[in-house]
Amino acid sequence: MISISMDLQLALAVLLFLIGLIGLLVRRNVVFMLMSIEIMLNSAGLAFIIAGSHWIQTDGQVMFIFILAVAAAEVSVGLALILQMHHHFRTLDVDALNKLRK
Amino acid sequence: MAVNIGVIPALPLLAFIILVLFGGQLKKKLTALTGVVFTAISALITIIIGIQYISTILPSGGNISSKLWQWFSAGGFVADVALRLDALSLVFCFVITFVGFLILLYSVEFMAGDEGYSRFFAYMNLFIGSMLILVLADNLLLLYLGWEAVGLCSYLLIGFWYRDPVNITAANKAFIVTRIGDTAMIIGLFLLVFNFNTLNIQELLTKAPIKWAQGSPVAIAAALLLLGGALGKSAQFPLQTWLPDAMAGPSPVSALIHAATMVTAGVYLIARTHVLFELAPMVQTLVAVIGAVTLLIAGFSALTQHDLKRILAYSTISQIGYMFLALGVGAWQAGIFHFMIHAFFKALLFLAGGAVILLLHEEHDIFKMGGLKRIMPVVFFTFFVGSASLSALPIVTAGFYSKDAILWYSFSSSNGNTWLWVAGIVGAFITALYSFRLIFMVFYGEAKILPSRPAGNLIKVPLIILAILSVIGGFIEFSLPVGHLHLFSSLLSKILPPTILIRDDSSEPLFQIISSIISLLGVYLAYLLFLKKIPLAEKLSNEKIAGFFYRGWGFDWFYDHAFTKPYVWLAKINKNDFTDYFNKGLAQLTLLFNRSLGTTQNGKLRFYIMAITIGIALILTYMMQI
Repeated sequence: MISISMDLQLALAVLLFLIGLIGLLVRRNVVFMLMSIEIMLNSAGLAFIIAGSHWIQTDGQVMFIFILAVAAAEVSVGLALILQMHHHFRTLDVDALNKLRK
Repeated sequence: MAVNIGVIPALPLLAFIILVLFGGQLKKKLTALTGVVFTAISALITIIIGIQYISTILPSGGNISSKLWQWFSAGGFVADVALRLDALSLVFCFVITFVGFLILLYSVEFMAGDEGYSRFFAYMNLFIGSMLILVLADNLLLLYLGWEAVGLCSYLLIGFWYRDPVNITAANKAFIVTRIGDTAMIIGLFLLVFNFNTLNIQELLTKAPIKWAQGSPVAIAAALLLLGGALGKSAQFPLQTWLPDAMAGPSPVSALIHAATMVTAGVYLIARTHVLFELAPMVQTLVAVIGAVTLLIAGFSALTQHDLKRILAYSTISQIGYMFLALGVGAWQAGIFHFMIHAFFKALLFLAGGAVILLLHEEHDIFKMGGLKRIMPVVFFTFFVGSASLSALPIVTAGFYSKDAILWYSFSSSNGNTWLWVAGIVGAFITALYSFRLIFMVFYGEAKILPSRPAGNLIKVPLIILAILSVIGGFIEFSLPVGHLHLFSSLLSKILPPTILIRDDSSEPLFQIISSIISLLGVYLAYLLFLKKIPLAEKLSNEKIAGFFYRGWGFDWFYDHAFTKPYVWLAKINKNDFTDYFNKGLAQLTLLFNRSLGTTQNGKLRFYIMAITIGIALILTYMMQI
């Protein structure tokens, strides 16, 4: 088994998180934004797994399953919102949704 | 003691309450009855208590005191509502209730046509009640309560005819100018509380000489501050400017408040706290000097006035100057005696003058009057007696005995000197001159305005009683070479210390002769100038100096330029209130922050995420540094 140093593992998690974050910031399409959030959640889960395997603790995997459950719930709610959005505004552009302002 | 002395001030206050609550509904006669009777009973009780006091308590040097209730007690300082009657307050009580009663009686007719009839009697009774509290108070705090209450009544009654703005200005002036003195006085009271933790007058008078050395700075400060209060109330230099304007009130008000009683509250205060003044000899000398200066300033001003009531007002200032002179040279009893006699003849002069003004259709200018001697014989006769007493015509008038005593002591007492005596004697000459100028202008010569109706009995009776008192009042302190009688000073001898003489009193008759001649000379000059009308009179009155005297030595002008104008100027500059700039600026700044934060609320979701991210990054960076 090839052992990879923890720094590299964590760097992967951070990379994933940044990809998600930048995606969230730059994409205007809500669907892509939701996907970016999923990437960020998974990067957090990855960090938990890395920590759990490093200290040989099961807590990391427990937390990952927990995050998966949350992510699933979040996706279902998010998709429902996107459907409603498409239904009401006929667009998926998030910048068009600044109607709260006035 | 059968009757509590608290009844004396309580009765007029009760009349005040009745008139305030039911004044509108009461019939005119009932209003007048309420207004007069309560004070009359009060006067009667004062006389009864006074006789009992003089016959049984005074010989042992005692007093009648009565603690009504405790006002408050805080931090070891206790203030009681307690009254205390001794010979000094008895004299004042007698003058306040008895002269007050006569003036109220007079007002029943004098104010008959006025729409504020019940209001007038309500204020007058409130005044009499407050003044009685002032002189009966056992401690300086209660005295101060009465002091302020009489100031309030003075304000209300000067502005009694409130529809004329001139009267309101006069009322404001009186109130504000006396307030300057009152402020000094309350600071003085604080100083006393700070040092002795009590305001009880008797305790103060016994403790002060023990704690304070004679002439120590703190004793001087206390005496000066109390003197400030007395100067404001008694219209003495430099706070004398309010009294001539106070003549805007009805004549009975001028007689009661601005001649007989309230303006002498300062004299009472100084006599009451005489120990404090004896501890500060410098201040006591100052009292004498202020008295001498005031009596001259006011005397010369009285000489040039045209308005009958203003002449009397300046005369009042001048006569109170004599009282201050007496207090200053340590002639305590002479000062109080002059207060009593002055109350009689000056109330008489104001009432008689008021009758003249009332019956001559509100004409105040003495140059437009004349020849009233035959038309109003009773008013003329009583006015003549009052003027004679004011000018201290020898032997027959009460004013002679009281004023002559002051003149004699101003020369012979340990505090006196020749200069004070010269000021007094010049003042006496001027007094005789202006008094008889008044008589000759108003009652002699040809009649110019005819009275609307003869004076009624309610006007005449008080005048006659006061005229009798202005004559016989002096005989209780008879001091001619042929015989001495010292009823009045023996009455006060237990309360006030005797005058210390440094000169042989064998020369007293000589001084009496000098002052008699001086006052007769004044009358003769007045006869020459104003009845014979020698050309000199015309010439003198055209002099610039006469105008200067007429304007009260320019004090009003000076105060106007030194204080009022700069203040108004500052107020005008500060019309927009510069503190507002700060408050408004604060509001502007908050609004600015609000607007700039508001622009971040742009509804763009991605912008929010960005802000959150940057925020988190910053916070994390900061936390990692630690």
